[in-house]
This record gives sequence, structure tokens and C-alpha cells, in this order.
Amino acid sequence: MPRPFLALAYQFQWSILWTSPYGGWLLQGILTTLKLTVLGWVLAAALGAVFGAVRTVPSRFLRGVGGVYVEIFRNVPLLVWMFLWYFGVPQILPAAAQEWLNRHNGELIAAVAALGVYHGARLAEVVRAGIQSIPSTQLEAALSTGLTLTQAYRLVLVPIALRLIVPPLTNESLNLLKNSSLALTISVAETTFMTRQIESYTAKGFEALTAGTLIYLGLCLGVSAVMARIEHRVAIPGLIVRGGGAEH
Amino acid sequence: MTLDLAVIASNWRFLLVQGLLGVGAFGGGTLALAIPTIVLGFVLGIGVALARLSARPWLHQPASLYVLVIRGVPLVMVVFWFWFFIPIATGVPLPQYWVALVAFVVFEAAYLGEIIRAGIQSVPRGQVEAAGATGLRYADTMRFVVLPQAVRNMLPSLVTQFIILVKDTSLASIIGYMDLTKAAQTVNQREIRPFELYLFIAVVYWLLCYGMSQGSRALDRRMGAPARAAAETGP
Repeated sequence: MPRPFLALAYQFQWSILWTSPYGGWLLQGILTTLKLTVLGWVLAAALGAVFGAVRTVPSRFLRGVGGVYVEIFRNVPLLVWMFLWYFGVPQILPAAAQEWLNRHNGELIAAVAALGVYHGARLAEVVRAGIQSIPSTQLEAALSTGLTLTQAYRLVLVPIALRLIVPPLTNESLNLLKNSSLALTISVAETTFMTRQIESYTAKGFEALTAGTLIYLGLCLGVSAVMARIEHRVAIPGLIVRGGGAEH
Repeated sequence: MTLDLAVIASNWRFLLVQGLLGVGAFGGGTLALAIPTIVLGFVLGIGVALARLSARPWLHQPASLYVLVIRGVPLVMVVFWFWFFIPIATGVPLPQYWVALVAFVVFEAAYLGEIIRAGIQSVPRGQVEAAGATGLRYADTMRFVVLPQAVRNMLPSLVTQFIILVKDTSLASIIGYMDLTKAAQTVNQREIRPFELYLFIAVVYWLLCYGMSQGSRALDRRMGAPARAAAETGP
């Protein structure tokens, strides 16, 4: 139906979104987005916890290592990391490893590596801020009871920090979910990729983009709702300001 | 496996002059896109922040919805929306530059608006009341009293978002805009040396973004809010 402000007529056909095969493509896209997000998040959380904690220890050398990791990885666009991991890194690997990657979803592995390492650097900053917001008396008290520094981190500081950083952690997790869309550039068939594919097969860009937009909105609002409940559950009683104070 | 630096030696000029600065046959340029986006995004962001803080429902409700939707979708999606929609709405396909610029400004203004809103809210209410008592109107109160103090408070988060924005401009390459990333892809099609080429542009982006974060720290020390001593945030 042509509208006054549209120079070209556009025929809406919403039914393509649930007709075969396009509906199935969208579902596959959602599953791949979730897979990328979960795998990338696990890698990012592991790297972020280690490097974030390491940036607060007394050892100058270890702090430096953590700082180098964070500064290298967060100051380069994720898209460039995707290209580097997918097109660049195989070039320097032995032929056998290249072949293995070709047979085992190399693009998915590259996307997870890029997402995990990039967001790991950003999560490290969240973890560092969380640990630094704990009063130093907590560490001193832990050490005075005879815990070693590693034990004090593992049993006291990191558990408290994890409870403090839920809001900024939620934000970073949502960023990771949204950024997983960049995997389309290295042909991982996630939600945005499928949206584009439906558009090029059916020329129904408006419907396809609406579907993609609603999928991401739904996923983001869903994750926020779950994290809000978690935040409420793990909140430390008695603190006025919960979380690292990050606005987003 | 050895690094082939010859590919950089023979192409660095194209990558930097064409890809980063946008001077050459292809137009384009990372900075030619990033700098106007920062300026326009900041201006629109102020509007979004003021609308969000407004007491009038017809102002703050649409603004809140806009921020919620934009922050709930990936930037690529927003770029594709404009890439698809502008030709239909106007009847003429716009060059990639304008599509990218509009999409980035609309996207970044939602994030910048939230930072600006937090900055405005960090100014003590007494300042507004005192400004009102001296006879300043709303616009003048904002311009001369609230915003200058708010900008000082939000400087670190603002620069962090500008750094993210510079990194985000790499997404313009997806619709074919000749920025640094697209320039590397173009050279790579001829040379097939992805590791060296993408590593090189990674270094260029790194210098740009790390430089910005160091500059912001220096700026914050000189003109940042005095109360905020060591509370530094990164991108």
C-alpha cells in the first residue's frame, strides 16, 4: 500500500516470516545467536575474572600483564578482531590446523574467540572496578585470619565483587549478545545473517528487519529481566548503592 | 610462517590516506565519518537527555521508548534499517556516507543521551534553584549553569563512548563505505595477506583509541570535576 511519504510503493507481506523455509531460518538464527552469546560469554567471563582480579594484586608485574591484555583488546574494533581471527590467524597456523578448522565450523570458533577475548577485556575492567570498590579492610581481615592471598581472593574478594557487579555485568552481557551480530561478516548464520538472507530471497526487507529487531529486543529485555531477579537475589544486604554504580 | 611486511610497505599510504582520512578517489574515511558523528550525536544526545528529563509526557515517553529500542538492538541492525529504508522513503539511494552518518548519529545519540542525562542529574538541584532565583530562564539555566557542570562530571564516560563510536565506524564497511576496515578488505582482495593487513589496521585503530583515552585522562585532570580524584573509567 503506497503511503504519501513513500516515494516507492511497497507491498507488505508479513506472512513470509512464518512460511517455510523463512520461519525456520529465523529460528536457526536465534539458536546460533544464543550459541555464540553463551560460548562467547563463558570465555569472556573466564578471561575477565582472571585478568580483572590480576589488575588489583600487589605484584606490579601481574598488574602490568592484566593492563596490557585489557588495553590491547578493548582498543581495537570487534569487527577487526573478527576478521583477524577468521581470515588472519589461520594464515599463520600449520596446514593441518587450518584443515581442522575448515571441517569444524571455523567461522563459529573465530567468532567465539573474537567475542570472548574482546569482551573479556571489557569484563576485566568491570571485575577490577568491583574488587576495588571493596574496602581494603576486607582483604586485611582475610589475610589476618591466616588465608593466603590466593585464598583471600578466591574465598572473600571475588565472591563479594561478583555480587557487587551484577548491573554492569548485565550491561556487558547484553553488549556481547548484540555484538554477536557482527559474526554475520564472517558468515556465521546468526539472526542478523538470516534477516539479510530472507531479505535477499524475498525482497521483503521491511518484514525481515522488523523480525530481526523484535528478536533482539526480546532477547535483550528477557536477559535484563532475568538479571534483575538475580541482582535482587544476590544483593548484599545493608549496602545503599548496589553495583559498581555504572549507568549502563 | 613469516610476516610479509612488504604488503604493508606498499599499501600503507592507501590504507591511511584513503581509509583513515578519506582523501582519494573513493572518498570515505574513518575520521571523515567519526568526527561528524561525534558532533551531531552529541547535539542530538543533549536533546534526548533533556526530553528524557522533561516533565511533559509527550516529550519523555517517546524519548524513553527511543532509548529503549535503540539500546536493545545491535548497531548493524540499525545500519541495515537505514540502508533499506532511506531509498524507499526518499526515492533516491543515498551514498553510503550519508546512510552511515544518519544511522550512527541515531544509534550513538541514544547512548550519549543516557550519559548526558546522568551528567545533568549529577548537578545539585540547588544550582537550578539558585539560577532560577537570579531570574534565568530554563534555556539559560541549562546553557550557563547546568550543562557546563554536567559536562565536567560526565567527561570520562563521554570520551569512553566517543572511543566506542570510533570503533563502531568500522561497521560502515559492511554497507561498502570506504573506511579503514573496507580499505584493508579491498587491498586484501588483491594481495591475499589478511594477517598482515588486518593486524596493521588493528594497530592504527589501537593508536587512535588508546590515544583518545590517554588524551581524555589528561583533559580530565585539567578541567574535570575536582571532587573526582582517582575514579577513572575506561572504554
